[in-house]
Amino acid sequence: MIALDVAIKDKYYANSDLVVLKEIQFSVKPGEFVAIIGPSGSGKTTLLNMISGLEEATEQTLLCNSKPLNGGKAFPLGYVFQQPRLMPWLTVNENIQLVLPTTQETIIKTLLAQVGLAGKGDYYPKQLSGGMQRRVAIARAFAVNPELILLDEPFNSLDAPTAATLRLLLADLCKSRGSTVVFVTHDLSEAINLADRIIFMSHSPSSIIHQTTVDLPKPRTESGSNELAWQAKLMNQYPQILSGSLCTD
Amino acid sequence: MSPVYGRLLMLIVLASTWQGIAWLVNSSDFPSLFIVMESFIYHFFHGDMLVNLSVTLTRVLISFIIAMILGVMIGILMGISKRLNQLSDTLLIIVLNIPALVTILLCYIWFGLVESAAIMAVVINKVPTVVVMIREGARVVDEDLLNVAKVYKLSLRKTFFNVFLPQLYPYIMASARAGLSLIWKIVLVVELLGRSDGVGFALNTLFQFFDIAGILAYTFAFISIVLVIENLIFRPLDKLIARGIHHDRA
Repeated sequence: MIALDVAIKDKYYANSDLVVLKEIQFSVKPGEFVAIIGPSGSGKTTLLNMISGLEEATEQTLLCNSKPLNGGKAFPLGYVFQQPRLMPWLTVNENIQLVLPTTQETIIKTLLAQVGLAGKGDYYPKQLSGGMQRRVAIARAFAVNPELILLDEPFNSLDAPTAATLRLLLADLCKSRGSTVVFVTHDLSEAINLADRIIFMSHSPSSIIHQTTVDLPKPRTESGSNELAWQAKLMNQYPQILSGSLCTD
Repeated sequence: MSPVYGRLLMLIVLASTWQGIAWLVNSSDFPSLFIVMESFIYHFFHGDMLVNLSVTLTRVLISFIIAMILGVMIGILMGISKRLNQLSDTLLIIVLNIPALVTILLCYIWFGLVESAAIMAVVINKVPTVVVMIREGARVVDEDLLNVAKVYKLSLRKTFFNVFLPQLYPYIMASARAGLSLIWKIVLVVELLGRSDGVGFALNTLFQFFDIAGILAYTFAFISIVLVIENLIFRPLDKLIARGIHHDRA
């Protein structure tokens, strides 16, 4: 199981003197589901890119089980990007097969069935709807049996029922595999629904303004009374927290 | 109207226009289609046309393959490496603008009137145009997809053949198409200047005799071959490359 220690100081946008992440420091316990919430432009994607090793800052310490994380080279990592990022010239099956070292027809078949795409394996991404493509991307991330999963607003701009199905699926998959999850979103109820802990970020140059454990029993529901009450309490305490500020006015 | 009929119709219109003009002009400098066909049949069955065609085609094929492989490799390198691009950009522009005739003459002078000199002259003429096209493709390769390959730790081979190269296929196709037409034109000049066989040589001989029908017969033969290549090789390849890209949403 993977535990993460993240410490980043002064990460600039590529080719720019704009600081995107000012001071970020947090840990993720093995098997923990951490949601990161922040206003748009607060560098949430940059943060995930840094954990996955796609971007670097001059001052950063990224540890995995107290050893250098090194872009997750030592263990399987799943990353669901904001866009599905499937290879258009490969079929759904081939797209998933691409990230696997050996031919794994049964695993792919099972995964596709789990994301509700049974029998869609021979379609090309462009023949599928946007929601279906996202599901393929999620299946691809799970195909590598990841010990760490990074998700970047994976359910953004999906219709509510599809998003709900996919959230259930994600919770199931994470639970059955015990993977550690870092989940970026700007939807508070989604975070409450899924996460063990929520980290709130400020506007860029961003830092962490608040961390809180979601002490509600799982499985949770989309608009259950406990969840709504929890959200109301938080919003009451910090009305501006979603726009990246702890001020009470 | 199906595309096949459309193309046929275009051919018929072209042929009848030619025939019409030939009747109007009524001169041996502008032979009618029938005379050209007669000449074609003569050269095909009684002349050296088959030999010349196969010799020229072999030259075209060899130089085409060498030029494409070299051009694609150099183009990719220049597209992904800024430093290499800065270093060789000037050289590329120079080579791109040397007249084909100059390269041919220099190759013959330096290496003699031999087959390899002929092939080399054609390759030198073609490579820069391939490089320019492939470089553009390699420059606009989708970084996002390459990041997928990086995150999922794909091997270099898998990344190259499944993620990088497919993005270049349209550029490679375009340069192959443009390449074939340019190459066979240059091959003819090369043959005319320093070879004793091939279509270029035959055309030169026909020119000495002012055999316009013969010249047109050879042109007709070669264009037919190019059309066959287009339909049998390029079009199926086009379809293969377009897979997954031009589909409508389900």
